[in-house]
Amino acid sequence: MSQLIFFILSSLTIVSALGVLFAKNPMYSVLSLIVCFFTVAGHYIMLNAQFLAIVHLIVYAGAIMVLFLFVVMLLNLNAETEPHKTSKLKFAAVIAGGVLFLTIIASLKAGIPVGYHLPAKSNIGLVEIVGQKLFTDFLLPFEVSSILFLSAMIGSVVLAKKEKR
Amino acid sequence: MENTIQTVPQNWYLLLSAFLFCIGVMGVLMRRNAIIILMCIELMLNSVNLLLVSFSAYNGNSDGQVFVFFIMVVAAAEVAVGLALLMSIYRNVASTDINVLNKLKW
Repeated sequence: MSQLIFFILSSLTIVSALGVLFAKNPMYSVLSLIVCFFTVAGHYIMLNAQFLAIVHLIVYAGAIMVLFLFVVMLLNLNAETEPHKTSKLKFAAVIAGGVLFLTIIASLKAGIPVGYHLPAKSNIGLVEIVGQKLFTDFLLPFEVSSILFLSAMIGSVVLAKKEKR
Repeated sequence: MENTIQTVPQNWYLLLSAFLFCIGVMGVLMRRNAIIILMCIELMLNSVNLLLVSFSAYNGNSDGQVFVFFIMVVAAAEVAVGLALLMSIYRNVASTDINVLNKLKW
């Protein structure tokens, strides 16, 4: 049963990720990226990481993709103005990606110790456990990330502001 | 979903995230629109997140999920700054084509 769900989710993930690449219109790329993010959240739920699944949905599908959609609409991008590389360069890109995939697969074959037979705990993804880790062991990075966010906010406002001539 | 870890081998998750990562790399090499390149970078970050979550689940250790949380934080900040940069570039050259931006090219 889980295997079936895994296969359905993964094929959806891969198809929508390929849709990001091959869509002519940037708007369709954004929409298929949203589908991809939803399926990845499904994978997180399968792996018992409920907290991360919800955070992933809120942050990616809720915030980041809305930002992308706004920018695509604001810049008025569509299929006619979409720049394309020559087919030779596209072919070279596909070859390079495939070679990278082969390399990763070969290294997985060589070095992965298959079969962790630890007693799998099912509650590690709950808010309680992750929150406890976050506020004890990872307290300093958590606070530093708030400074990162503040600087990113200020930086994006300054960058996107109209310059005075 | 109690039995996912028992019935789905971890290698499948490794394969899936490797494939997603390669799709992201292909997209960065293939497209010329800077917004789509940013989206492909998001795709790569997502594949790494999936890998971290799978290792965390199969090892019964929740440290990996905290790392995923921080990667999401960095990704959100990166997208905000990147899109703001794109807006100001578009205002100057009226295009998001990366081949127009060749002033720094040797």
